[in-house]
Amino acid sequence: MSTIVSLPDQSTATMPKRSYLNAEYGLKSWLLTGDHKRIAILYLISITFFFFIGGAMAGLIRLELLTPQTDLMAADTYNKLFTMHGIVMIFLFLVPSVPATIGNFLIPIMVGAKDLAFPKINLLSWYLYLAGGIFTLAALISGGVDTGWTFTTPLSTHYLNTHVITAGLGIFVAGFSSIFTGLNFIVTIHRMRAPGMTWFRLPLFVWSHYAASVLMVLGTPVLAIALVLVILERTIGIGVFDPAKGGDPLLFQHLFWFYSHPAVYIMILPGMGVISEVISTFSRKRVFGYTAVAFSSVAIAVFGFFVWEHHMFIMGVSNYSALVFSLLTMLVAVPSAIKIFNWAATLYKGSITFETPMLYAFGFMGLFTIGGLTGVFLGSLGMDIHLTETYFIVAHFHFVMVGGMLMAFLSGVHFWWPKMTGRMYPEGLSKLAALTTFIGFNLTFFPQFIVGYLGMPRRYAAYPPEFQVLNVLSTAGATVLGVGYLLPMLYLTWSLKYGKIAGPNPWQATGLEWQIQSPPLTENFIETPVIDYEAYDYEWLANKTKNEVQTVG
Amino acid sequence: MHLISPVLWQFLVNWLEHFALFPPEASGIAPYADALYFFLILISLVGMVLVVALVGGLSILYRQEKNPVATQIEGSTLLEATWTIIPLALFMVTFVWGALLYFRIYDPPANAMNIYVVGKQWMWKAEHPGGQHEINALHVPTGQPVRLTMISQDVFHSYSIPAFRVKREVIPGRYTTVWFTPTKPGTYHLFCTQYCGTLHSQMIGEVTVLTPDDYQKWTAGSTSGMSLAQNGERLFASLGCASCHNGAADARGPNLAASYAGRVQLSNGSSATVDDAFLRDAILNPTMHTMAGYAPIMPTYQGQISEEGLIDLVEYIKQLNTNYRVQQTANTTQVPSGVQQTAPAASGMVKP
Repeated sequence: MSTIVSLPDQSTATMPKRSYLNAEYGLKSWLLTGDHKRIAILYLISITFFFFIGGAMAGLIRLELLTPQTDLMAADTYNKLFTMHGIVMIFLFLVPSVPATIGNFLIPIMVGAKDLAFPKINLLSWYLYLAGGIFTLAALISGGVDTGWTFTTPLSTHYLNTHVITAGLGIFVAGFSSIFTGLNFIVTIHRMRAPGMTWFRLPLFVWSHYAASVLMVLGTPVLAIALVLVILERTIGIGVFDPAKGGDPLLFQHLFWFYSHPAVYIMILPGMGVISEVISTFSRKRVFGYTAVAFSSVAIAVFGFFVWEHHMFIMGVSNYSALVFSLLTMLVAVPSAIKIFNWAATLYKGSITFETPMLYAFGFMGLFTIGGLTGVFLGSLGMDIHLTETYFIVAHFHFVMVGGMLMAFLSGVHFWWPKMTGRMYPEGLSKLAALTTFIGFNLTFFPQFIVGYLGMPRRYAAYPPEFQVLNVLSTAGATVLGVGYLLPMLYLTWSLKYGKIAGPNPWQATGLEWQIQSPPLTENFIETPVIDYEAYDYEWLANKTKNEVQTVG
Repeated sequence: MHLISPVLWQFLVNWLEHFALFPPEASGIAPYADALYFFLILISLVGMVLVVALVGGLSILYRQEKNPVATQIEGSTLLEATWTIIPLALFMVTFVWGALLYFRIYDPPANAMNIYVVGKQWMWKAEHPGGQHEINALHVPTGQPVRLTMISQDVFHSYSIPAFRVKREVIPGRYTTVWFTPTKPGTYHLFCTQYCGTLHSQMIGEVTVLTPDDYQKWTAGSTSGMSLAQNGERLFASLGCASCHNGAADARGPNLAASYAGRVQLSNGSSATVDDAFLRDAILNPTMHTMAGYAPIMPTYQGQISEEGLIDLVEYIKQLNTNYRVQQTANTTQVPSGVQQTAPAASGMVKP
């Protein structure tokens, strides 16, 4: 039961003559494409654009918080910045990040299909995303919106005259793009698996995307309903949330968090899928406890729907309902712990190398563990009273979303970059970027735990002077973090032309996507593959005859 | 360092002198909250060290140079069970501990003194029963449980005193409460922690904890001369409440004397306890709870009374034991629509 896997000689690798990238030329061939791989690239470009917009706002926020007074900008400007930062980062970057780019590219290949079940809906989903993005940008350019990304009523319905409706419509439309992506994944995974590809031969990446897709399809409509009600309340005053008309402002928060808590898992589950693939590949070893990891994704998706009230423990909900939701919150923490331990156990008796995707994956494990454990602080009722609505919670969800999800995204982008483009990224620079990101991230967000326990409220443009030092540290960290994010942007673009040619399977990974040429053909497989081996079967890979690699030309 | 940059040097010295990892513990509950916090930090540290040791240790032990051949392992049910059950057990301990703390913070004792708080964009108004009014400040004595009954006049706010480790959302249209026993004299931060619009970060203030003696002095020195109940009585008369709620046998409205905290029968067959929230609803939304035996003829006072005015009325009804003065007022003052003339000047102002 042992395998020797040696990396192929890359100097002899050649670029395939035909691939999805050169199958057709011209802007039209991209904008009207039905190819999941091209749509993934379109998504990658657009989410990167929005990531840097959201990132620039984060930079301005940190700059303002360098001093205790509001000196860089007016309080209103600050409020608009953190609102737009949240909206752009969550709805236009984190939710589509891994699923719509890496997932879109890989799910059909991983299950052995030629495309997603509904290629045109897939393209429509990108256009909806773009429309949502344009609405959001319109709200930004026409003066911004300052509700906070949570759109809390009655503030958003009666007390602000900024562009709430435009921004709300943007999120509403972008929500449908995520529903369509989820729908496409579910149908593809159910109906289009290649012969022999049973559920338990699927890579864990597919399992976690399946779980996330269920959340997208069931959760997002509730957000759409909540936003429509906010818009109706603003325009014609239907009074669902207005206490003066007998409405209940707290109802909005129930509706909003019914989506927005599962949304956290929509964001993190696909990232966990990436980590499973990366850890296995660079340990040359199957993922420890495959079924436990697969079912923990499902468990997260199921429990994830029943914890939303933990955002409202201090909001005058019944003490006994808070009890139930706190218990369920503790339960949802367990599957995440299971995953972390299984990944760690995968390393045991592996043959480990430390390429950039692996470094990002290690970063994910460390930061996500801190993010998850601080989530237990907040899920614990009595502790939540002191910690909620402070910088502690800001630090917590940035550890999960940025420390966890963004690390996973970058890990995945580096890991599959050779497959997507056919070229390698520069290894030395990318390791430097991974390290910079990790250091910058910790410096930015760790001080926020301390300043949060000291009581500094979130969303404050000005703060008491005794919190300044910790805020200065945080801003310094954000500068480092910014460099860490700009680097990949630059060297990945550079590698498109100058990167080394990768060859079909530079990592000697077992996934189906690595058994075809890089970059793949438009139809992915020349003939439908027949699967007679488990996921992460390195022995099968070692015995596989070399000329089975399908390269055309 | 001080030779290179005196400013930076000042900054660092200043920081080291004031460096704190924890806010002051100034309430009875704070040590309990901190104890749970330390427990949580402890299990986080253990978890973190374990993960770092596993990942780091295994990476070094099984790096490719050392172990060129990977050994394939399926998994282990025993290990899966171990790392399911141990975290679950720890999380359950956290859950029970946290729940006990939560119920302690949100269940005020019966002997707590009550202070009303009204939140509005962007200020905190505290009203003591004796008629002391404070803006963005709160004076409380040590050793005495204090309950805050809070309501918002516009959007969601949140009343947070980090040094007491308590916080509660202040919601429009609904009373919420929180309580604490201050233990250490001093001044502490008061924050609004729920984002509430432009000047959210200016909706801050100071909580001053005084010794009981000092508190007595403060109370005597800062009264406006009228208690909340007295303001309420004026408002009761000026709004013409007494024309129906006068306790007479043929009165069109229910008798309010000694009604507070009692149970009443509603016309839909259910019963309800008369508390602050019930009285507030009965004034603003009279049809919401129509009393058995009375016609639903009371007009709504929505938009006519401020939150402070409602608090005055509630305080008045709380202390109303007999209808003697109500009837006296009803018989002597003829106020056709003279709200403006008779409205009290201090607070509980009727909206024009």
